[in-house]
Amino acid sequence: MTVEHIVDRCQALFEDLRFTSVSDWKAEQPGRKAIGYMPIYVPCEIIHAAGMLPVGILGGGESLEVIQGDAYYQSYICRIPRSTVELGLTGRLDALDGMLFPSICDVIRNLSGMWTLLFPDKYARYFDVPQNFDDGIGGTYYLRELEILREDMGRIAGRDIEDDDLRASIAVYNENRRAIGRLYAFRAEQPWLAPTSEVYLVVRAGMVLPVEAHTRLVDDYIAAARASDRPLRDNCRIVLAGGFCEQPPLGLIKSIELAGCYVVNDDFMLSTRWLLEDVAVDGDPLDNLAQAFLHHSTATSAKYEPDKQAKGQFLCQQVADSGAEGVILVAPSFCDPALLDRPMLQRALDAAGIPYTAFKYAENSGQLQPIREQAGTFSDSIKLWSA
Amino acid sequence: MAETERPPVQKEDSMLKQKAMINANYHALATAHERGAKVASTFVPGNLNELLMCFDLVRNLPETNALQNGLRKKSGKMIQEAERAGHSEDVCTYVKADLGMMLQGNIGPTGEQLPTPDVLLLSYTGCFTFMKWFELVRNEYDCETIMLHVPYQGDGVITPNMRNYVVKQLKESVIPTLERVSGIKFDIDRLRQHMKESAKAEDDLVWVLQSAKNRPSPIDAYFGGVYYIGPIFTAFRGTPEASEYYRLLRAEVAARMAEGRGPVTPEGDMSGERYRLVVEGPPNWTSFREFWKMFYDEGAVVVASTYTKVGGVYDFGFRHDPDNPLESLADYCLGCYTNLNLPTRVDMLCRYLEDYQADGLLINSIKSCNSFSAGQLLMLRQIEARSGKPGAFIESDLVDPRYFSPANVKNRLESYFQMIEQKRSGRGPAA
Ligand code: SF4
Ligand code: SF4
Repeated sequence: MTVEHIVDRCQALFEDLRFTSVSDWKAEQPGRKAIGYMPIYVPCEIIHAAGMLPVGILGGGESLEVIQGDAYYQSYICRIPRSTVELGLTGRLDALDGMLFPSICDVIRNLSGMWTLLFPDKYARYFDVPQNFDDGIGGTYYLRELEILREDMGRIAGRDIEDDDLRASIAVYNENRRAIGRLYAFRAEQPWLAPTSEVYLVVRAGMVLPVEAHTRLVDDYIAAARASDRPLRDNCRIVLAGGFCEQPPLGLIKSIELAGCYVVNDDFMLSTRWLLEDVAVDGDPLDNLAQAFLHHSTATSAKYEPDKQAKGQFLCQQVADSGAEGVILVAPSFCDPALLDRPMLQRALDAAGIPYTAFKYAENSGQLQPIREQAGTFSDSIKLWSA
Repeated sequence: MAETERPPVQKEDSMLKQKAMINANYHALATAHERGAKVASTFVPGNLNELLMCFDLVRNLPETNALQNGLRKKSGKMIQEAERAGHSEDVCTYVKADLGMMLQGNIGPTGEQLPTPDVLLLSYTGCFTFMKWFELVRNEYDCETIMLHVPYQGDGVITPNMRNYVVKQLKESVIPTLERVSGIKFDIDRLRQHMKESAKAEDDLVWVLQSAKNRPSPIDAYFGGVYYIGPIFTAFRGTPEASEYYRLLRAEVAARMAEGRGPVTPEGDMSGERYRLVVEGPPNWTSFREFWKMFYDEGAVVVASTYTKVGGVYDFGFRHDPDNPLESLADYCLGCYTNLNLPTRVDMLCRYLEDYQADGLLINSIKSCNSFSAGQLLMLRQIEARSGKPGAFIESDLVDPRYFSPANVKNRLESYFQMIEQKRSGRGPAA
């Protein structure tokens, strides 16, 4: 399979706001069910273990015309909830048998209640996670929340989720995390062979594909991209941070690349990389998921950082590990988590002597020229100073 | 009207008492370190005032500072200062007013220096922004920090798991740290004593708030209500002064009720109650009097509001319970208004419309506050449909004067009052 072939397929999945791949998957076998989840993290393993398809819902993107959704939100609220409501009201999410709203911010939190009011016949749940990472405190709480999720998913699926189901799902997701890890490592190594506009689409396909198929797709892409013949350019290497919820238009990622930046790490679709290590397969599966969450998960603005000194260090470490020369801090307009975090990240970057630039976007931003210019200036300045 | 031309504000004894209490607390904060006292900074919703008092900590509440600065028209400059320092124009202005105040030398609203806290206690209740705010403030100080994570009532109930989680945090993290910081051993009986005082004050507060069921209502449960909640939402819950304040307030309101008087406004008694409203959302502080005047000039009285539940929902029976002190602290934190899910908020507002025989619901949607605001347009629709009563929607901000447009708000209110009239007379809205 060629890169073009794979990317075209991912692009088609990305553009399909009717989620036909999900309906198709359900139609293959009677009784199949699908559960949607919003950013930032839910343990998909539990949905998978019930034999259901987890579907990542990341808003309507740039192409969806939001007509009804705007009537539900004031102008000063970000765009992802309104386009998600639009998706729901226009029947585009009908293939979903339930929705999970993770603990990321008050907008998504409140959307969980809105969903209950708007779609009273559909399962909707706010999935809370602990901000206390002590085993005996946050861990105990989280374990019970995982049990509730397990019970709920079992009920929707119409079967009990056994420990062995969970273990098998954990193994499958470990595979997927490893594959995505390989993809990210490959891009950091040879970003000219794996542009982020493609890597993004490949990871994004994991929002709708069954995880096993996605893992294969990721590996196919790596193999095809590795074999491709693409020229190395004199670009700078940057980490992109802040795009963990509402997604920028794909054109924005392309603009950054065209402006002379190789994106060598990012925080898109963190659900796929939330857990930083393999989850243990043996032993109590929920406990293993809880342990991974508490002790081996990513740092992001939706998560409390107990250690003041550690604030921003995860990002600095990403810069070091990926050999980046700077950071582009992006944020959706009106995004409290990303924008409130920004000064603290900047402080950490300043202290580490890492250059950065920052801008805001919306999922439907049309004016990309200023962003391209800003990214271009940033890239030039990095090259100048590192010369 | 310009500030100087305003008639003198009418004050009742309870208002004078509250003012004295607030000023005394600012003074206690300013002099804490020279007196050898220690200071805790903590947020309003889900605050653990009774517990903090067990460790002799003087309490500083950043939102109160921001709103006091808003009332004194000082917040605008502070917000701009924070924005100049790199904080986004898009984020909560309470945060920026607080950070701006720190950048300007941390002089409190009464003009006295605010102290460097000895401990930051984040009670993360009902609002995600608190967590970020806390992380931002933490950067400025070299002191102990405590995080109390209060889960959200996503399904509209407090589960044993949530309660146990909060209690465990109190036992294993909050209390030991407070002991270490203060050098004082935790005494549960002292906590019980404070909670007894809390419950007493809560009874009287609820009586006062529910007095608005009368016609005319002797109180305004929003513009007046924000004063009534002052002591109990902040540094005074659990103190004998707060109990005394509420005793006094209750007596005043009882007297008003007996005399058939309406609420007290800055220009004296409001007479001729014409519209009874329920209000959802915080008020605007920077033009508070102007905003209020738009109501009482038209004979509109707010009979119930949700903002007065943001630091504790007491009118459905919850009381701090000295017999189960930690569990009840947990329930208090879990039960604050913005920690309730949207369906619960809708139910509560529908109930207010009915119980208080209100003409309709007004939502003051606050630009700053996603916790309150995200979902309010749907709430409005649902409540209108369920109650059959008209609703209205206005937008402003808490402490950023740039987002209060008096002409727009006034226009909107006037057409809303007309709508209520039409509804009463059985006519549909004018074309
Ligand atoms: S973009 Fe930001 S504010 Fe909006 S829903 Fe996502 S995390 Fe929340
Ligand atoms: S977002 Fe709302 S609840 Fe949260 S700190 Fe700001 S004003 Fe308060």
